[in-house]
Amino acid sequence: MSSGFTDYLCRDLLLAYRRPGEAASPLVFFIMVCTLVPLGITPESARLAEIAPGIIWVMALLATLLSTDSLFASDYQDGSLEQLLISPQMLSMPVLGKITAHWMVTGLPLTLASPVLGVMLSLPAQGYMPMVASLALGTGCLSLIGAVGAALTVSLRKGGLLLSLLVMPLYMPVIIFGSATVQSAIDGFAWSGPLAILGAMLAAAIALCPIAAAGALRLTSIN
Amino acid sequence: MNWLTNWSPSWQWFHRLGSPRWFYQTTGRWLPWLSLLTLVLLGTGLVWGLGFAPQDAKQGNSFRIIYLHVPASFLALAGYYIMAIAGAIGLIWKMKLSYMVMKSAAPIGAALTFLALFTGAVWGKPTWGTYWVWDARVTSMLILLFLYLGVLALQYAFHSNEAGNRASAILALVGTVNIPIIYKSVDWWYTLHQPATIKLTSAPSMHPDMFQPLLVMILGFYCFYAVTLCLYTRAEILRRERKSSWVKELVVKGQKS
Repeated sequence: MSSGFTDYLCRDLLLAYRRPGEAASPLVFFIMVCTLVPLGITPESARLAEIAPGIIWVMALLATLLSTDSLFASDYQDGSLEQLLISPQMLSMPVLGKITAHWMVTGLPLTLASPVLGVMLSLPAQGYMPMVASLALGTGCLSLIGAVGAALTVSLRKGGLLLSLLVMPLYMPVIIFGSATVQSAIDGFAWSGPLAILGAMLAAAIALCPIAAAGALRLTSIN
Repeated sequence: MNWLTNWSPSWQWFHRLGSPRWFYQTTGRWLPWLSLLTLVLLGTGLVWGLGFAPQDAKQGNSFRIIYLHVPASFLALAGYYIMAIAGAIGLIWKMKLSYMVMKSAAPIGAALTFLALFTGAVWGKPTWGTYWVWDARVTSMLILLFLYLGVLALQYAFHSNEAGNRASAILALVGTVNIPIIYKSVDWWYTLHQPATIKLTSAPSMHPDMFQPLLVMILGFYCFYAVTLCLYTRAEILRRERKSSWVKELVVKGQKS
């Protein structure tokens, strides 16, 4: 494909495959932090079940946030980002390819690992399907929104902490509907409503975020 | 774009507006009048609202904080849009002045948002019995404060003014798209999780005696905002244009007089 989407998707997946330790760290973070919750709050399964949807969602958000920092960083350091910027392609397609690769490396493993954490935090049985579905859509949103923040801060030396400050308020709608999906399934309501809104957010983010990220890269990384 | 500027004289005002020097001189003429108007409006509104408006039947005198709370919240929201529009103009027409306006709008907006949250908390204690409630509106104001702080932090993180301007303009625009989404989703979240114990939205419609001073206060706050924005922008202009000859002349003139 000439748009550069598949090229950058494959390239970033290959890079992640060559550095498996780096790619696995968000997942390890996710699992370890969820282990801290029973230690910090209570090991009682009734109370854990109450807070499990929220905890899993918050931790997934933090794990994604931690990894967003590296989305453009290595490309910026070795100069390949500049090459991408001066190439004749429309910049947003390669950027979307990179974001998709980022989701496949962080969001997708988190989604697949979440049922295990659900068991550990004694999530009620009817919550598993909605949790996996909402995390699959929601982490996509998180990667896309995070990419805008990563593009804005890529040229800063200590952008990591700033990135989380910028992106956190934009994440709030996602976490609201993500945990609402799981919660309403547990309470016995239909959970398709919040999930559909999450899907709508993902669609809007796919359309808008790559353009915003491409603009941010163009405007801020060339000084 | 060249033909457009040559062809149509109606664009001249727009380009003149882009000149920091012109802005500095014009606002210098307007500022005394605008400040006077602000003082009169705020003075009238405060005395009228705090001293003469009737007491609320249920809340007594504590309701009077709305004369600060409501105008501050108004301007906190409007200020975000002013900041974002200024940033967009800067991005599109590469206008130095509008970036300066954007940069000046951020701290003012953040301060007003904080004021709105603070006065809300002070009012909440006697009325709701608690300083803080995770109410939909309170939460979205808090998120607005975070958005302001993000723009501020990004602005100062860059060494070059140019890059900082462009980055925070993009962030302000992304935030603008998000504000309605955040507002709606927080609204949804609130109704989903708790029964509506307190409703801010369906307050009883106000008696004219209470409403008129509020209107004066809102107008006064708008003028106050304009004055503060002008002062901040003028300071920013002097800081950034300190190497230009007209600023140097101004300083020399100031020292002589």
